[in-house]
Amino acid sequence: MTTTTSPVTTTNEPEIMPATAVTDIISPVEIIRIAWEGVVRNKVRSLLTMLGVIIGVAAVIIMIAISAGTEATIAEQIEGLGSNLVFIQASFGRGGGPGGNNNSPSLVYDDVEIVASVGGVVATTVDQMTTQTVKAGDVSLTDVSLMGTTLGFPTVRDVEIGDGRFFNETELDRSAKVAVLGPDLAEQLFGEANPIGQSITVGTTKLAVIGVAAEKGVVGNTDFDSLLYVPITLVFDKFMPSQFRQFAGDNVRIIYVQVEAGADMDLVIQQIQLKLATSKDVSVDDLPFTMQTQQDIIDTQGATTEAFRNLLAWVAGVSLLVGGIGIMNIMLVSVTERTREIGIRQSVGATPNDIRLQFLTEALMLSLVGGLIGVLFGVGGSYLFGSTSDMRTVIVPSSIALAFGSAAAVGIFFGFFPANKAAQLDPIEALRHE
Amino acid sequence: MNSIIQTNGLRKVYGMGDIQVAALAGVNIRIDEGEFVAVMGPSGSGKSTLMNILGCLDRPTDGQYFLAGEDVSGLDKVRLASIRNRRIGFVFQSFNLLSRTSALRNVMLPLVYKRENQLSPAQREEKALAALESVGLADRAHHEPNELSGGQRQRVAIARALVNDPVLIMADEPTGNLDTKTGNEIMELLHNLHERGRTILMVTHEADIAGQTERSIVLVDGLVASDGRSVPGGAT
Repeated sequence: MTTTTSPVTTTNEPEIMPATAVTDIISPVEIIRIAWEGVVRNKVRSLLTMLGVIIGVAAVIIMIAISAGTEATIAEQIEGLGSNLVFIQASFGRGGGPGGNNNSPSLVYDDVEIVASVGGVVATTVDQMTTQTVKAGDVSLTDVSLMGTTLGFPTVRDVEIGDGRFFNETELDRSAKVAVLGPDLAEQLFGEANPIGQSITVGTTKLAVIGVAAEKGVVGNTDFDSLLYVPITLVFDKFMPSQFRQFAGDNVRIIYVQVEAGADMDLVIQQIQLKLATSKDVSVDDLPFTMQTQQDIIDTQGATTEAFRNLLAWVAGVSLLVGGIGIMNIMLVSVTERTREIGIRQSVGATPNDIRLQFLTEALMLSLVGGLIGVLFGVGGSYLFGSTSDMRTVIVPSSIALAFGSAAAVGIFFGFFPANKAAQLDPIEALRHE
Repeated sequence: MNSIIQTNGLRKVYGMGDIQVAALAGVNIRIDEGEFVAVMGPSGSGKSTLMNILGCLDRPTDGQYFLAGEDVSGLDKVRLASIRNRRIGFVFQSFNLLSRTSALRNVMLPLVYKRENQLSPAQREEKALAALESVGLADRAHHEPNELSGGQRQRVAIARALVNDPVLIMADEPTGNLDTKTGNEIMELLHNLHERGRTILMVTHEADIAGQTERSIVLVDGLVASDGRSVPGGAT
C-alpha cells in the first residue's frame, strides 16, 4: 500500500485541518485486514454465523438443480414423442364409448384417413394398447404390452426399425398375423438368437416375427423397447374383448399427426377440424376431441415446472434470509462484546465511517465465505442427490451466481444495522465499557 | 513558547431540562510546549470531563479550546478523530490494548488510521518497532498483551501513544493499575519523554505521583482551584 494507490488524496493538503480529507476512510486493504482479523479471532463463532448462509446457498443451488433436472426430463420426453406433432385427443366422457351415447360422433379409426388427406400432413398414426401373454418356445411372458398401430407409426413416433421390417399396407388391411418386437422384448423371448422368421404365440394366436425395433427407451409412461407392435386391425379383430368392441366400435383415443416441417400449424389444425366436422356432420365447435400441438404441451409443462421452480427458489430464499438474520444477531452481540475495542480504535483516530466499514466488511466477509462454502456444498449436494436418487439434477450456473449474490446482499443488508450501531458508539462510553 | 493547550472559559453542562449540572464551570488553562503537568482533584471535580475535552474525545458546551494553536472546540466527530490521530497520544490506566493482537500491531494502530501521508505497511512496521524500542520492548514486539506483564503492557501503550509523533501525550492515571515499583518505572519513562521535549498532561489522584511533575493543576467543582509548581513529596 502506497499513497499513490490509496483513496486518500491528502498528501498535498496542508497539515492544518484539511476540511474535506478527514471524511475519507482509510485504505480498503487495511479495512479488509482489520475485518479479517475480526473474523479469525473467533473462529467457532464465525463458523456458526456462516452456517445459516452455507445452508441457504446450498439449498438454493440444490433446489434449482432438482427443478431444472425435472424440467429437462419432461422436455426430453415430450421431444421423444416425435417432431412437428399434432395430437387429436378424444374428449373424455363424450362420443360412443362405454356408457356413452352411441349416436354421438366420436374419434374412430376411419378418421385417420380423413386426417391424412389434409394438405400439410406428412403422416398419421393411431394406436390401441392391450396386454397379453406372449410365448416363444419355452419362454412365456405375461402382461406384455401389445400396441396395435398403423404404417405411420415409425415415422410419427420416431421409432426406427433395427432388424427386418415394419408391417406393410397389405398386412394392415388384412389383419395379418405379423409382429415387430421391441429390442428388450426380443432379447427376453429369444436371447441372442435372431427372432426374425420365428413365431410367437400371443394369447392363442400365432404371429410371425418380421422385425425388431431399434432402441428408443422410455417416453412418458411407455417403455417402447418392451412393446410388441402388431397391425391395429389385428388388435381390433383378435385382442379386444368382443362385448367392449360392440359399444366402442373402432374407437381410437389419440390420433398422432405429423405435420410438414415449416407448414402453418394453425392452418393445418383448422383444416383437420373442418374436414372431420364435415364428415361427422357437426359444427366445428361440437367436435368430440381436442387438438394440441407439441408446443402446447411443452408450454403447459413449462408453466408447471416454472411454478415448481419458483416455489423451491422461495423456500431456499427464506433460508438465506434466516441465515442473514443469524449474521445480524451475531454481529449485534459482537459489537456489544467488542465495545472496548471500538473505543480503543476511536481513541487512536478511527472515524465512525472506519468503524462502520470494519463491521460491514466483517459481515460481508462472513456471508461471502459462507456463500463460497455453500456453493461447494450445493454443487456437491446436487451431484450426490442426482447420483443416489431417482431424481435428476442439472446444476444451473446462474443459480450459483444468484445464490452467491444473494448471500453477499444478505451480508450487507443485515450487517448494516450492527455496523451502524458500532459506528455511533461514543468513544468515552466505549472506552469505559467493561 | 508555543502554547499546546489554551482554553478560554471552557464549560461542560450535563443533564436535560431543568436539572443541569455544570461539570466544568469556565476553565482557563494554558500549557506550553515541553511542560509536564499533573491534573488533580477529587472525584466529581470535573477532572475526567476536562481530560475528555482536552483529549478531543468530547466537545465543550461553551468556551474555546486551542490545541497547538488550532481551534478544535467546534469540530465534528470525524475531525476530532483526525485530531486525536495526529495530535494526541493516549495512555490509559487500564492500558487499553487490543487483545489477541501483537504488541507490534497494537503500536501500529494509530498509523493504520493515519489519513495524511500514509505509510506503506513496511514503513509502519519500522516506525512501530522504533517506538517499541524507545520504550525498551523491541524484543517483545510479537507477544500478545496477555503474554506481557502490567508494566510491559503500559510500555506498549506508551509506544502506541508516541508512534504518530503527537504534540500532546495524555496520561490518565498511568500508574493506577501498577504496583509501586512498576509505577515508578513508568513514571521514569514519562520523565525521559519529558526530558526529550514531549508535552505531557497527566491525570492522577496520587499526590506523590503528581509531585514528580513540574506543575500541578487542581480542579474543584469544575473550576481551577490552584495552579502552580508541584510540591515534591506530595503535599499540595
